[in-house]
Amino acid sequence: MNVLEVQDLRKHYPIRAGLLRREVGRVRAVDGVSFHIARGETLALVGESGCGKTTVSRCILRALRPSAGSIRFAPEEGQEVDLATLPKRQMRPLRRHIQMIFQDPYASLNPRMMVGDIITEPLKVNGVPAAERRERLMELLELVQMPPAARSRFPHAFSGGQRQRIGIARALALHPQLVVADEPVSALDVSVQAQIINLLLDLQDRLGLSMLFVAHDLSVVRHVSDRVAVMYVGRIVEIAPTDALYRAPRHPYTEALLAAVPAPDPARQQRREAARGEVADPANPPPGCAFHPRCPYAVERCRVERPELAATESGRWVSCHRARELDLLGVG
Amino acid sequence: MAERVVLAVRDLAVQFGSEQGVVRALDGVSFDLHAGRTLGIVGESGCGKSVTARSILRLVERPGIISGGRLLLDPGTPEEADLARLDPDSRQMRAVRGGRIGLIFQEPMTALSVHYTVGNQLIEAVRQHSTASAAEARARAVELLREVGIPRPETRIDAYPFELSGGLRQRVGIAMALAGDPDIVIADEPTTALDVTTQAQILALLKRLQAQKGISLMLITHDMGVIAQMADEVAVMYLGRVVEFAPVRQLFAAPRHPYTRALLRAVPSILAAPRQRLSTIGGAVPHPGMRPAGCPFHPRCGERLGAVCMERIPAPVPTGRPGASCFREEEAA
Repeated sequence: MNVLEVQDLRKHYPIRAGLLRREVGRVRAVDGVSFHIARGETLALVGESGCGKTTVSRCILRALRPSAGSIRFAPEEGQEVDLATLPKRQMRPLRRHIQMIFQDPYASLNPRMMVGDIITEPLKVNGVPAAERRERLMELLELVQMPPAARSRFPHAFSGGQRQRIGIARALALHPQLVVADEPVSALDVSVQAQIINLLLDLQDRLGLSMLFVAHDLSVVRHVSDRVAVMYVGRIVEIAPTDALYRAPRHPYTEALLAAVPAPDPARQQRREAARGEVADPANPPPGCAFHPRCPYAVERCRVERPELAATESGRWVSCHRARELDLLGVG
Repeated sequence: MAERVVLAVRDLAVQFGSEQGVVRALDGVSFDLHAGRTLGIVGESGCGKSVTARSILRLVERPGIISGGRLLLDPGTPEEADLARLDPDSRQMRAVRGGRIGLIFQEPMTALSVHYTVGNQLIEAVRQHSTASAAEARARAVELLREVGIPRPETRIDAYPFELSGGLRQRVGIAMALAGDPDIVIADEPTTALDVTTQAQILALLKRLQAQKGISLMLITHDMGVIAQMADEVAVMYLGRVVEFAPVRQLFAAPRHPYTRALLRAVPSILAAPRQRLSTIGGAVPHPGMRPAGCPFHPRCGERLGAVCMERIPAPVPTGRPGASCFREEEAA
């Protein structure tokens, strides 16, 4: 059973110019993205800045209104709904089911509220009685491994890692059916990052969380996600189970990304030249495959015909004309 | 490591005065930078790695002061100079800053003004450290842009920094650092703000430039992967002290300080097994103003010996050879 099915999602921004503000072009921030998240599964959305991964997550949360496509959300009880077209008013009762973990634990907690109030605010908004709130607060603090005394202190008393725990407790307060985590560990020091990664793994096990994990760090993603979707200039170029994607990428961009990560092992020196050139401009993407100007395997067809995301083998989708013939290099 | 020492940092101490008291940002830092080699300086936030870089260039601003130690340029030669004793605004220090020692920032816009073209700034930097004419300086600026791999440098020289992508801006930042033809370059988290494919390009560029020009590179980063790929020797810092120094392979194969060991185990890996958990270090890095008594790492150390770690500060790492500032090390000796 899927908790989320995204179909052909698009978010375009018009580029206007001239006296009449006529539309002269479009930034195709997200340009036909499809994926699903099974119940209890963590899907990572990875890619470099400007690839559209954050735009996708904001469309799911309806912080942005999609230009086209559907986002079918199926809560465990109740009707399946299309978040893409839902009027704002009808979105409100669904918000409790979809919660967010933010990147910056310093900016995302109200400094004037005590930790207990921050965590239980979503419960209060949803009319949970005070006694029940107190009980749930204790459960949540235990869940994120914070001492009970933390509830009566203010966020400034806590380190970045502890604040991230508080943010996670708040996100979990209402037993959400889907958690969207946008770069939840990228602002943290290594030693603290490891604690939060382990906590997320624990929570996945204990609560069977369904999660969309938006991240740029491919090492972190390998630890926490069941499947990975790689984005490039507004489109998904590859989706695969995590281990398969890392060991044997099928898209040249995935191969380039993996090769670019400096391995924390001086005996494993970088094997090849870094991908040449720069990420394409989503306002003016190259014709054909958007990756072709940087792709060492590009042929004439790649310059003229845009590849579609197609199933290659069980559970794997790739958007590359040469996916079947290329033998690409993975890591470990 | 037979190459001569170009920069010797000895017992460097930097403190920041505040209403809450004195914060010791650096507490006796020592290391050597060897000609043509890469010294990696790694640590988490608050360890003092950036303050170390700024101290060497005398860019520490009030209320920060260098309260002790020496910064010896060309130690043991007739030209030896102690940068710690120079007036930061002196002619000699300005000649060192950008001339002998180039600086690459994390965010290249720190080094670039938004109001001037890339060329204007680069030409000015060239002329500051040479007697080149305007035409010569412009030609040199184009040449620098070409060296750092900027396509069409003759046109890009007239671009404003905001017209360039993050990767190109960092290339310009590197060109700026090289404008005075320095033989020492300090790079402070030069790729932290960049995407991973751009990071790989910039690291490759730094490696190539270093080899071509014989630059002594001091590379500051929090990223163990960058250290593994770039450094010859590594100094690991924690709360204003060097806790371990070692050649890079030795550091990764047989780390001697419990902090290094813990840090290496905590790093997420691109080679991880599915759902693999990480070893963690308890707690968080304390604020430098809340330095614990005894060994600064003892409250988080899983290999603590006992009272000695809580009461006494272990001897610093002896400069010039591998070692750790840890009572376990002293016990073994």
